[in-house]
Amino acid sequence: MRLKVKDMEFGYASVTILKNVTMELAESEVLGVVGPNGAGKSTLIRCIDRIISPQKGSILVDGTDIKTMSSTDRAKKIGYVPQGVSQAFPTTVFDTVLMGRRPHFGWWSRKEDNEKVLDMLEMLNLEQFAMRGINELSGGQQQKVFLARALTQEADILLLDEPVSALDIRHQLEVLNVIRSVVKESGISVMISIHDLNLASRFTDRLLLMYNGTVFATGPSSSVLTHDNIKQVYGVEANVSMHGGRNYIAPDKPVE
Amino acid sequence: MSASSETISKQEKAKTERARITAHYNKFIKKKTIFIFFLFILVIIAAGIAATIGAYQITFTEVYSILFHGLFYNVESYEQYAVWDLRLPRILLAIFAGAGLAVAGTMMQGILKNPLAEPYTMGIASGAAFGAALVIVLGAGIGAGRYLLIGNAFVFGLIPAFVVLAFVLYRKPTPGVLVLAGISMLYIFSALTMLIEFPANPDAVKVATFWAIGSLERASWQDIFPIALVLACCIPLLMWKTWDVNILNSGDETAESIGVNVKRTKIFIMMVSAVLTAGVVCFVGAIGFVGLVAPHICRMIIGADNRFLLPASAMFGAVLLIVADTIARTIIAPLVIPIGIVTAIIGTPLFLYLVLKKKGEYW
Repeated sequence: MRLKVKDMEFGYASVTILKNVTMELAESEVLGVVGPNGAGKSTLIRCIDRIISPQKGSILVDGTDIKTMSSTDRAKKIGYVPQGVSQAFPTTVFDTVLMGRRPHFGWWSRKEDNEKVLDMLEMLNLEQFAMRGINELSGGQQQKVFLARALTQEADILLLDEPVSALDIRHQLEVLNVIRSVVKESGISVMISIHDLNLASRFTDRLLLMYNGTVFATGPSSSVLTHDNIKQVYGVEANVSMHGGRNYIAPDKPVE
Repeated sequence: MSASSETISKQEKAKTERARITAHYNKFIKKKTIFIFFLFILVIIAAGIAATIGAYQITFTEVYSILFHGLFYNVESYEQYAVWDLRLPRILLAIFAGAGLAVAGTMMQGILKNPLAEPYTMGIASGAAFGAALVIVLGAGIGAGRYLLIGNAFVFGLIPAFVVLAFVLYRKPTPGVLVLAGISMLYIFSALTMLIEFPANPDAVKVATFWAIGSLERASWQDIFPIALVLACCIPLLMWKTWDVNILNSGDETAESIGVNVKRTKIFIMMVSAVLTAGVVCFVGAIGFVGLVAPHICRMIIGADNRFLLPASAMFGAVLLIVADTIARTIIAPLVIPIGIVTAIIGTPLFLYLVLKKKGEYW
């Protein structure tokens, strides 16, 4: 297992956000994190990258406790794309992607760092925007730039918090396809929180359904996205159908 | 077309695309480097021209020959005295103060992610001015001495810096709220300064007021060395962190995930910037808006990469203060107006412009 989270608990003062969260992430696996708003999806992801520190439990990356790692070492292991990033002073796409090389070079990029940036721009079809300011790009293109930045980090684990929520369907598919192909090529592990249950079902290997700060169910979409689970967790009546071994969901109406 | 030749043409295309981007990227770096070099030349020229202006007429070439001469021989004639002991310290003070304030402004804007942040709007300059006024007004009779003034300005300049920093770290304010917090620090310290000045002796008040607006009047060689020392310590430290400041610009969580210790970096930058500001302000007074004007104009020309922006702003700030000081001492000569008035007249419209500007771009 590449990532092991055990009995993790996180809360602010009197509110508990996550309790008893135990989960794993295997090599070359895409794990989708689903659940209603406020279920703790983002909090879980942020705890794993130690943006916030859980009060209890352990997080092991390749067997090492993440608490004992320096921030640079952690950055070599885990990449993260938060939700809704914006820059105060816009920089070029090239320089933004180059930031992902921070754990690998000090003050000035080497030739190989620049080459890595070019590889990533090519892979994500961003070459034409390379020297443009990131503020000139559409939301979908920006999301691809941030993904490229996280990928140039060359971490084994990639955490993506709602990377496609704000995108149109074409960009959603593009971004998710890129993630799949990177996983196939380089064997990284991806944990991705996603609202659209059908996209989650289609583009992930396994799902983690969260509810009120706990893991409600985990496994393939056929066992997680069942009619009863959706009813209980989302409070929604949905028609669930099978297609190519995966469950597809047509939400019908809120439960009375 | 066969499948293999299609792959080859695709590879060819990718290769030319890479070459194009690399060339463009290198050209951009070259442009930024040239801009910095150009500003460096501009500093030298502006300094030379400023040294020709004054009661005693000296030409541009004479200035440089006198400077060169003075490096090896003692000052003999009046011309040499005017250049070496009257004008040069003043110009060097303008250069160092301008560079220091501009660098502090650049870095504060970077970590606070706020285009309106600078030593003046964050209240650091007025904190330092209050510290100085305390000594000038209350300590005048005790014979406190110059170093107490400098030390006091320094300590009081750090107070607003820490308040702003604590606010940023623990309250995560929006950019607008942050500026209001900074400006309220500015007002508190201005009010306190007026409070202690009001009942005081009019001569002391005049000195304190002049000092609070900022002035290069008392430039002397004995001030140049300590201020140069402050710059020599602070600027390399900040330069070393410029790449991390670039990354902070992409958001705290992103920066943290790339391996930047966000909190430590912010504290470090804010402290060094405050030391730099206080170190400058305690010699020249609260000169405002240099830290706003210099980084913004440079950013418009070379972009937001702080590795280039820092040296460019430093030199732009130096030129700006040389020019502002020349205006201050010639516009209604022989009367010399405080340089802070000139920079405020230049800077305030820019501040207003930045506030009104389309929000999407900066905040």
